[in-house]
Amino acid sequence: MKKTGFRFSYLFMGLVLVIMYLPILLLVIYSFNESKISSVWGGFSLKWYRDLFRDEDMFEALWNSIVLGVSSSLCAGVLGTLGALGMSKIRCKANSFMEYMATLPIMIPEIILGMVFLAFFSLLGLPFGMTTLILGHTAFCVPYIFMLVKARLVGMDPSLAEAARDLGASEPRVFWDITLPLLLPAIASGMVLSFAMSFDDVIISLFVTGVNVNTLPIRVYTQIKTGVTPEINALCTLMLGATLLLVGISVWLGREKKPAKAEVDY
Amino acid sequence: MKTTPQKAKNRGYWLTLLPLYIFTLIFVAGPLVYMVVLSFLKRAEGWGVTNQFTLSNYTQILQPVYLATFADSLKLALISTALIVLVGYPFGYFMARLSPKGKQRMTLALMVPFWTNSLIRLYGWIIILRANGPLDQLVMALGLSDKPLKLLYTYPAVVVGMVYALLQFMIFSVYSSAEKMDWSLVEAARDLGASPARAFFTVTLKLTLPGLLSGVILTFIPSMGLFFIADILGGNKVVLVGSLIQDQLIKAHNTPFAAALSVVLMLMTTLMIALYRKISGVKDLEGLV
Amino acid sequence: MSEQILKLEQVAKSFGDTPVLKDIDLEIARGEFITLLGSSGCGKTTTLRIIAGLESPDAGRVVLNGADVTNLPPEKRSVNTVFQNYALFPHMTVAANIGYGLRLRRKSREEIDKKVTELLQLVQLEGFGGRMPSELSGGQRQRVAIARALAVEPQVLLLDEPLGALDLQLRRQMQFELKRLQKQLGLTFIYITHDQEEALNMSDRIAVMRDGRFEQIGTPGQVYDHPRTAYVARFVGSANILRGTVKQTGDSVCIQTPAGCAWAMAEGHTAAVGQTVSLAVRSEHLQFVNEDQEGLAAVIREKTFSGGMLRIILELEGGQTLVASRHGIDMDAQPGQRVRVAWDPQQAVLVEDDEEAGK
Repeated sequence: MKKTGFRFSYLFMGLVLVIMYLPILLLVIYSFNESKISSVWGGFSLKWYRDLFRDEDMFEALWNSIVLGVSSSLCAGVLGTLGALGMSKIRCKANSFMEYMATLPIMIPEIILGMVFLAFFSLLGLPFGMTTLILGHTAFCVPYIFMLVKARLVGMDPSLAEAARDLGASEPRVFWDITLPLLLPAIASGMVLSFAMSFDDVIISLFVTGVNVNTLPIRVYTQIKTGVTPEINALCTLMLGATLLLVGISVWLGREKKPAKAEVDY
Repeated sequence: MKTTPQKAKNRGYWLTLLPLYIFTLIFVAGPLVYMVVLSFLKRAEGWGVTNQFTLSNYTQILQPVYLATFADSLKLALISTALIVLVGYPFGYFMARLSPKGKQRMTLALMVPFWTNSLIRLYGWIIILRANGPLDQLVMALGLSDKPLKLLYTYPAVVVGMVYALLQFMIFSVYSSAEKMDWSLVEAARDLGASPARAFFTVTLKLTLPGLLSGVILTFIPSMGLFFIADILGGNKVVLVGSLIQDQLIKAHNTPFAAALSVVLMLMTTLMIALYRKISGVKDLEGLV
Repeated sequence: MSEQILKLEQVAKSFGDTPVLKDIDLEIARGEFITLLGSSGCGKTTTLRIIAGLESPDAGRVVLNGADVTNLPPEKRSVNTVFQNYALFPHMTVAANIGYGLRLRRKSREEIDKKVTELLQLVQLEGFGGRMPSELSGGQRQRVAIARALAVEPQVLLLDEPLGALDLQLRRQMQFELKRLQKQLGLTFIYITHDQEEALNMSDRIAVMRDGRFEQIGTPGQVYDHPRTAYVARFVGSANILRGTVKQTGDSVCIQTPAGCAWAMAEGHTAAVGQTVSLAVRSEHLQFVNEDQEGLAAVIREKTFSGGMLRIILELEGGQTLVASRHGIDMDAQPGQRVRVAWDPQQAVLVEDDEEAGK
């Protein structure tokens, strides 16, 4: 009885995973399809990759997305880390409100964020383009970093900082030598997550980008809407490869040494 | 307590708070406040807004055509969320029962699609669902139907897209809740004579409720705003609040009305999160990061 | 007493409305091994943290080597701590952990390397310098923590239940090693534990703490054989406490209980006839005597065997309970049997007893 129940759970999870991967696999397969019509297999070909690499607009969009992802995750990394650190040290009545506000961007539909950014940036008279994109993306990247760093700080053994002070470290030294290195894995995985979120974003980018600045998702979106070419398949396959690489990196980063607390064999 | 030298040094930490405080106030609180203000202003001819106060943006929402959009959005969100619960809850629950190694591998297996660009994943569905595409061929080969289903650009296609885009949120929420659960409680319930079903409803479901509710919020809220899914997979047939806001803003240049729509959407979301906190008693959403 | 190194004067500390330390005084001599002994929540860790500078007292002074250090932050005191959970920096190697304090003092690389090698030798961890703390066993981490604290040559080393996380066998071995280290270095150790055996084994002096106060400060012999209070007698020697009224005074005092006359040394106590007092006598000193000899009438309630000793729980006439212990796995007398118990008056002492007063 119990055994069959367990087998059903494997079957169920397996099926869901297959459906989850099916569209992705199809994309990869069709990216090597000679035929332009996706339902027909016309033989193996790399011609769509060739086309893709000749598409300069696509590369510009890719470059923009990378610049945007890196800058906004860096900005969010600094803001989120410092903020989480400060809130852990200072008891202040505004903290819970500010925490709510700072994490709000991932709690509300993206469309609202896009809408308000568009309206607000035009009110401020900011030129739409990379600056507005970075501001907007930073806003929804901060929550990831803030929450990860906060969780890490909560889990950190306070006696580590005390031990450092006891050995003669001043408060700034404690931060530099102990707190920051121990936070780094959390900051890094937060930034990788932020980069992925930024790299994936369509909605907010659509609203806050300028006429001349395309990000990769915007470009893909317009292509899909206007007319599908297998070039997209090739691009998708390459992006999938990049994603796998990123997941790999984050898994590698996540394999941090056990925190000191877990080391104690009570 | 006496002031110690440590206390004085704490002042330095105020400086670390400042950047986040300033950024959040200007670029999160500011725009949201501006949105509320905008929603009460009268639209100017052509571009922009005037300084006149009006409630007309809100009364406009009450027009049947817009109410219908809200209703459609809610309906789609409800259907998608229900399907996501049906698939995601058991998945997260089963996943929590895997061995530690299995959990790790499953997390990784879920991470790859999760991190794959959402447009790419949707595009895969276009290929599958398009007329005479792989799905139609499979269905006809199996003799389930004698003509192509032509699912692309239909309502079911949008539902499939929503479920596919948001399923992982539910799985991870339920999983993180179920993983923390003390399984011996279920065993205790069984031991005391509860049937498996009864043990599930009285113990398991109660204990995993925060994860389930958090998953519902994490899928329900975005599904009202993910207009590009409706756009790509539904053609122009399915109009959501998200699409409406975008149209009003980009095409009709009616910023105040878009703002009013956003305020209503925002109120609905806030209400749901507040309700979640009230029911589950948890402050942070389960499994969010 | 030899040269004084540390002095606490009227130190008081509260957390919120809860007083944790109530005006405690303590003087510690250079080279001394002093143990703060007490159950959890008695204030021993807070005392240690105040000495280290990790906590500041509400009132009172901490004097180190003649200088008032009450308001000095921890990094400016030549006092170092071995933390209960070791608090090794998980991202640094063993060598980097040990050398951290020296690095902060801007010592040269060679100097640091030399000192680290020396210390690794001292704590018998040669060749472990390149390992990460997570690769060490509990006992090894413990030794690294000690080496790290010793590296900066403190005047006083504070140890907060350093052996609490280790298993019994390792704990015994480490007790011995710590004592050896302390003797070898001639360093002042302030040691915290709730384990009376550990305290008795290692200390020059023991300060028994209870509810934020020192109940008794003395050598292990004093504390063990001449407990000043019923609490100390129970906590350190697991002694029996008997209450009664003084019937006869002299070299020995007879205390009248419903079960008969219980004898104790007078030893400085000026107990007057008719006064209610308590006496402490340890279980191993209880003897079973014949019916015709003088002793207290009791009934055996229970026999248990633990730690190589047979423990016999006795109920005295009048309801007070005594525990007797003897070597061996069993004895003839069975539960329910009436017996008489007695002890050499030299083995029983009068103690102050504030606990039982209310009961």
